[in-house]
Amino acid sequence: MTMQSVATDPAQRTQIEDFLYAEATLLDEWRLDDWLELFTPDARYEVPSTDRPDGRPDAQLMLISDSADMLTARVKRLNSRKAHREFPWSRTRRLVANVRVLESSTPAELTVTANFAVYRTRRGSTHCYVGRYIHRLVPAEAPLGFRISFRRAELDQETLHEHGTLSIIL
Amino acid sequence: MGHRESTIVDDRDRGIFRVHRSAMTSESILAEERRRIFDRCWLYVGHESEIPNPNDYVRRTVAGRPLIFLKDAKGRVRALFNTCTHRGATLCREDAGNTRVFQCFYHAWSFDTSGKLVITPGREAYSESFDKSEYDLRGPARVEGYRGFWFVNYAAADEPGAMDLDAYLGNAKEYIDLVIDQADEGMRIVGGTHQYQVGSNWKLMVENSIDGYHAPTVHATYIDFVKESGGGQNPAALTSGGGIDLGNGHSVIESQAAWARPVAYWEPFFGEEARPEIEAKRAAMIEKHGERGARMCDTFRNLFIFPNLVINDVAAITVRRIEPAGVDRQSLEAWALAPVEETEGSAALQRRLDSFLTFLGPGGFASPDDVEALESCQQGYAAQIGVEWSDISRGMARAPQPDDELQIRTFWRAWASQLDGAGYPERVTDIETVAPATRQEIAS
Repeated sequence: MTMQSVATDPAQRTQIEDFLYAEATLLDEWRLDDWLELFTPDARYEVPSTDRPDGRPDAQLMLISDSADMLTARVKRLNSRKAHREFPWSRTRRLVANVRVLESSTPAELTVTANFAVYRTRRGSTHCYVGRYIHRLVPAEAPLGFRISFRRAELDQETLHEHGTLSIIL
Repeated sequence: MGHRESTIVDDRDRGIFRVHRSAMTSESILAEERRRIFDRCWLYVGHESEIPNPNDYVRRTVAGRPLIFLKDAKGRVRALFNTCTHRGATLCREDAGNTRVFQCFYHAWSFDTSGKLVITPGREAYSESFDKSEYDLRGPARVEGYRGFWFVNYAAADEPGAMDLDAYLGNAKEYIDLVIDQADEGMRIVGGTHQYQVGSNWKLMVENSIDGYHAPTVHATYIDFVKESGGGQNPAALTSGGGIDLGNGHSVIESQAAWARPVAYWEPFFGEEARPEIEAKRAAMIEKHGERGARMCDTFRNLFIFPNLVINDVAAITVRRIEPAGVDRQSLEAWALAPVEETEGSAALQRRLDSFLTFLGPGGFASPDDVEALESCQQGYAAQIGVEWSDISRGMARAPQPDDELQIRTFWRAWASQLDGAGYPERVTDIETVAPATRQEIAS
């Protein structure tokens, strides 16, 4: 994937940034059902293993490789009191920055990269997941101007030694 | 008094088994474990498929020691300590690759992949007594493999009680074979490693990896997910099979598959489009292996190789290596094992890997809750002043069920016996309780 950004018009960039910030807020506030509404019916969400940030779900072992059905099941699980790693829920805070719209974008589907730092605080400690998002966004009316058809979070961390798990949604 | 008396209670008359919680918190016990278990037992280092070609290498840390696991120029599998024999710098600084020579970045001493020191810059500055061959790379005393799985042993073959790998694995080989023979063209480790640490003693992960009792509670959300995806239809899953003591501290739980298996038990999770292929694979397995083929398809295996290797052949196959990192911390590495014929980019491989990820790994629907359980146990051990013992008696007075704990007791018996320098305990092949009265109760 090329890392060249396109010269997007400022209005579009603002619209995309607003969308990503709103998405981050939904996750930080654990409004997972609302967050799920942002996805297209055939969407995918994936996180490659820390030693293979280039990993593909049909070739390498990922950390997360969710079809839309799996993502729905993930949200249902996290909403349960029996997802023990997230009961009670951790506190999370997402910082999203360096938003770029890639050349491969078309009017029908934008490919957007952004840097993230996701802090998770629970049971007396705070850990940070650092990395890069790749979103494919389909322009849509409701609720926030886009739907997500693809969402990938690539971690910079070489291991999850500090974190132990990836029980939150990045 | 040895650990068999002081740290575990193994009361066969009453059917009571307990472990003293100091086993999970004591620095001196950890030091004993390192010396008497990790410096003496066969420890998994890697799979041959990770180093397919001459001069391929991967880095590993095994019992805290940095190793290079590699195939030398002649194709021989080796393990070498990843430290320059000159002054100690880390020789190999990439996690994986292919090289003819490891050149130390500190003073440029260079070694070939058999470990031989080939270049010492400024050779003329050394005396005549300086013998280059004394500075070849060293490795663990022994390196042996079984069907692609390679192990190291830091103790030499002539030490008391030493066994070769084949004798050590013993009865566990049958179960390793049941995993490997699912492939037509051999098994390989798929790229991508789950590397994480858990804030608990390493033995809690050993217990958890071979514990069927916790599934309905810890994994309630996973079981709900399976049911909602139309799976979990096998009524025999929780009542057939059970734990087996394989000797030398190894054990297995073999039970009817509780949900979908890529080789080869179809459930709706895999989708209708995959059904003909999976059912054809099952038929081919039975054609090729008979009853054993059906067993490979239809059963789960949670296999534990003492002291720290787990091969769980469930919704997919995971190879998990456990390393102590302190009394209350452990490092985990987990890989997916897949048949070579399930090539990259194939629907079969993605199916397997997606199935793996439903349950397993730091982002799965189940493993994170195991981590939570282990860490909460470790926190609970701080109350040892009042609660000294953990109980592992379940199923001691009956033929093992899949959710009984014989396989965990097997680990602890070997653990205590090894710490005492007493070899491996006699293998349990019958109901553990000996009291005749108890037996009559079972019969009735």
